[in-house]
Amino acid sequence: MASDKQKIIVVALLVVTFLFYSFYLYSSLPVKDYTINEESGKGKLVWQQYNCNACHQVYGLGGYLGPDLTNVYSFRGKEYIKAFLNIGTATMPNFHLNNQEINALLAFLNSIDASGKSDPRSFTIKYDGTIKQ
Amino acid sequence: MEPLNNKQLTTPKLFMIAGLLLLAVGLLFGFTGALQYLVPGFLKQYLSFEKIRPLHVSSIVFWIIFGTIGAVLTYLSQHSGRKIYSPLLTKIQLIIFILSIIVIFISYCVGIFGGREYWEFHPLLALPIAAGWVLFLINFIKSVGSFKKQPVYVWMWLTGIVFFLFTFLESYLWIFPYFRNNVVNDMTVQWKSYGSMVGSWNMLIYGSSIFLMEKISGNKPFSYSVIAFALYFTGLFNLMFNWGHHIYTLPTYNFIQYISYVVSMTELFIFGRIILQWKSSVSIARKHFHHTAYRFLIAADVWIFLTLLLAIAMSVPAINVYTHGTHITVAHTMGATIGINSFLLLAFAFDILHDTCLPFTLYKKWFNRGYWITNLSLFIFWISLIGAGILKAKWQMSAAKIPFSTMMLQLRPFFIVFFISGTVMMAGFILILYPLLKNQFICYLKNILKKRKIKEQHVSGIFAMD
Repeated sequence: MASDKQKIIVVALLVVTFLFYSFYLYSSLPVKDYTINEESGKGKLVWQQYNCNACHQVYGLGGYLGPDLTNVYSFRGKEYIKAFLNIGTATMPNFHLNNQEINALLAFLNSIDASGKSDPRSFTIKYDGTIKQ
Repeated sequence: MEPLNNKQLTTPKLFMIAGLLLLAVGLLFGFTGALQYLVPGFLKQYLSFEKIRPLHVSSIVFWIIFGTIGAVLTYLSQHSGRKIYSPLLTKIQLIIFILSIIVIFISYCVGIFGGREYWEFHPLLALPIAAGWVLFLINFIKSVGSFKKQPVYVWMWLTGIVFFLFTFLESYLWIFPYFRNNVVNDMTVQWKSYGSMVGSWNMLIYGSSIFLMEKISGNKPFSYSVIAFALYFTGLFNLMFNWGHHIYTLPTYNFIQYISYVVSMTELFIFGRIILQWKSSVSIARKHFHHTAYRFLIAADVWIFLTLLLAIAMSVPAINVYTHGTHITVAHTMGATIGINSFLLLAFAFDILHDTCLPFTLYKKWFNRGYWITNLSLFIFWISLIGAGILKAKWQMSAAKIPFSTMMLQLRPFFIVFFISGTVMMAGFILILYPLLKNQFICYLKNILKKRKIKEQHVSGIFAMD
């Protein structure tokens, strides 16, 4: 049986490594461009306010009732998205968004689109089982 | 004065009962959500899917949290042989949590959201939850007293409580523009916290199941053994570093993928192996004594094995790229939350609550039916999700993609099976939960009547003396 001291050492090592990993990520976030797009920032909050995530995905994370919207901006275009936002669908309610909210959401979707691609077909599978875009 | 009832409805038991009620409510919301998949526009005017989904998710997440708190507090008290440090703190925590949940549910119904996965409520409502959790931490530390020579489950409980608090707070870093301004940065931190948070409540649940296993088997030295601690350290290692499998396809740091891939999900495998070893050592008599609780531990064993297969596959990035964003991920989540977490929590519930003041044997037939119905329908439910996921993965990878709505129509047969099996599973759960909750309610009423009777006797005694 291991002593309490040995157990504490193992846990302490793990905790210190975890904290280092966490604070490294916080202080050095993956995307270094910190320029704030005010419109897109507002759009993100509109996205959260209407809980869009419940039905839609971004980078494959979120709900399953609607499509992934990561690259919808470049794939379908602004007008197409606007039409859906204004009318809704059989499943999606018309949230009666005002013009400001719609423009903010469009700016947000544009910023997501610019951040990368979510299409799994765009990934290369490497021999070691990892993937690369 | 004779004790009113030596098996009183304590606050930890109330946590468990509230958790069971949340499970029932969560099943009902899940049923409604599944119906919305089949009947587009169902309840769209009043409770559309963006409201039903958080109602379902929050009910189930809080069932896990409530059930876990109830189990940890009860088992901690049984382990130490003493009462919990402060029953008042526990009561305050329960009241805070219940009031918060009521407000959260109302806010969802009127369309007020925080809009994040898991915690879809307004961020202000996170404050009472965090405060309640701090009370839990204080109560736990004070109740344990000395941490010297403690078994592995006490370490697991402490780790689970501390890391849940850490990751819960971490999941709210998005309120600072620095973290949320870029979607990749935001999602990296978000899924770092969520991945570890699931590991935290697993730590609490697995710790409790080790305690229960030990209670059933009487295999005391296990929780002090090297293998038990090796298991615990592996679990902790996974909790801290395997969260990256959620975001393999996100254009974030590559090292997140490598670390997560290497650390992988070995925790469930080792855990399942240990439970199987214990099973062989349990005597038939003891098995019979804890029958209902033990049965759920066996069911959880099977689900650990099935979920493990999916978990290992999904932790390989080359496979994850196909399964990510499909219903295979949902199958994994359902297998883990229903087959493992809920079954283990039901094992604790039956251990803690059954035979409180009425014999449970009256309901044995109901329980048996409910148990088998739940397990078999869960398996069909799980398979239907994997089937839907395979078709969606095929669609995601096809060269000429048909529209999303057409693909969803193709998945419809799987959704029909998903809905039917889900409904049958709900019926199975009701057969299991109903007698348990009914017993508690009758015991509660009996207790009140007994108290009243004693009070009346006392008063009439005073008058008689006069």
